[in-house]
Amino acid sequence: MTETERYQKLQEIVEIYLPEDVSVKDISRNSHFTNELNINSAHLVDIILDVEDAFDIQLENEDMEQMETVGDALNIIDSKLRKA
Amino acid sequence: MDRRVVVTGLGVCAPNGVGLDDFTEAMAQGKSGIRFQPQLKDLGFGCQVAGEPLVKDNLVNSYFTPLQLRGLNSSGLVYGVIAGRDAWEDANLPIKASESPDWDSGIIFGTGILGVDKFRESINLVDDKNVRRLGSTAVLQTMASGISAYLGGMLGCGNQVTTNSSACSTGTEGVLMGYERIASGKAERILTGSCSDSGPYVWGGFDAMRILPRRFNDAPARASRPMSASAAGFVPGSGAGALVLESLECALGRGAKIYAEVLGGHSNSGGQRGGGSMTAPNKEAVQRCIVQALRSAEVKAADIDVINGHLTATAKDPVEIENWSVALGRERGDFPYVNAFKSLFGHCLAAGGSIECVGALLQFSTRQLFGNRNCEDLHPKIAEIVDPSRIPLKTTPYAPKIMAKASFGFGDVNACVIFKAFEN
Repeated sequence: MTETERYQKLQEIVEIYLPEDVSVKDISRNSHFTNELNINSAHLVDIILDVEDAFDIQLENEDMEQMETVGDALNIIDSKLRKA
Repeated sequence: MDRRVVVTGLGVCAPNGVGLDDFTEAMAQGKSGIRFQPQLKDLGFGCQVAGEPLVKDNLVNSYFTPLQLRGLNSSGLVYGVIAGRDAWEDANLPIKASESPDWDSGIIFGTGILGVDKFRESINLVDDKNVRRLGSTAVLQTMASGISAYLGGMLGCGNQVTTNSSACSTGTEGVLMGYERIASGKAERILTGSCSDSGPYVWGGFDAMRILPRRFNDAPARASRPMSASAAGFVPGSGAGALVLESLECALGRGAKIYAEVLGGHSNSGGQRGGGSMTAPNKEAVQRCIVQALRSAEVKAADIDVINGHLTATAKDPVEIENWSVALGRERGDFPYVNAFKSLFGHCLAAGGSIECVGALLQFSTRQLFGNRNCEDLHPKIAEIVDPSRIPLKTTPYAPKIMAKASFGFGDVNACVIFKAFEN
């Protein structure tokens, strides 16, 4: 899976959790999930579960704590996939 | 001085009809919603028939957002949202889009237990040491007040938003609670109703109590037999019903269609004394509940045209009829007309009272008395009290003026509400 494919896959996961006033076009690597994309913090746990399913990886508590932006998520996914 | 309260919207998700139009037609035609359930057979249930609303996936998509649909596994929540949103729309009410909620509108939407299938899913994950996989909505779908919380958010209600629970009297009790809140001036509008999940985990306990019929697995439409000599237990059901209650001023002010007026009612308990128990009603309490409901509504016993009974098809039906007869002081040809709606969709448990209230109210708007199924062999003890002409088997044209609806529940709890055809 290329980096672009990974980014696209993550974008598709995040899209469903966006509030009505945020568009999928607003997602960038620097986007902060709760502060900028206005995603309800309760849904971060669902995004993590979706990421686990989509990439067939398992995220630990410390991974979750570090996952504040889209870029953070991509880095964590990359490192998990490299280890796998 | 109490304010007058009227019903301005109805919604329903019933085993014999999802949506007001289908349900009205099913009630008028005596269409049964009780079907054979292969899952109950596979699990070795004695009773393998049940009433379950047939909700299509594409219908669910129009009530929930794609995000709300993710991991949604709570049938009661689905039924309740369909009925609740339908009632709101039927009342021609807008959905609050602004950031400020509607402070005058509230929700009292009951249930017995919510999201049983979601809870099972969660239990399995927890037992597998996989609690981290529960997701963010396991709590919201399984808390009893999940149904009022979902509806409250969808509609933007800012008055009281709560869930009542009193077993099989839940729905009728909710109408009374909504009525009281509006009559006392604390709200202008209350969406009230109740819902109950489908499935073996809800119905199993009743099967174990051996109070469900076991002889009709090959004849589902004949299984639910309220008031019949061959009644063999109640058929378990599920679904939701919803009513929009509104102050008369508010309803008239916005030119709303009015189904009926809620004149009053009463709820009480037999205290599990004097013949009452966890599962059987204290007769005196039932009679008092009916008498107090009449007093609250300021109507005479002679003015009741129709009683919409609890009448579940257990051995207790003759006792219920006797209680109505004693409370109203009426018998034989003078007895009011009787509705036993469970003959068509079974006992929808916590949802029963509200689905039956919706059915009762539709008799005002359609000017007919819905027929009773499966009591052609009327129980002899009931025939001693009520002339069979008062228990019509077929739907007949009739314009009721005053109806009494009662529901009774486990824990020896009772609720009775009085509806009147609207006259300004």
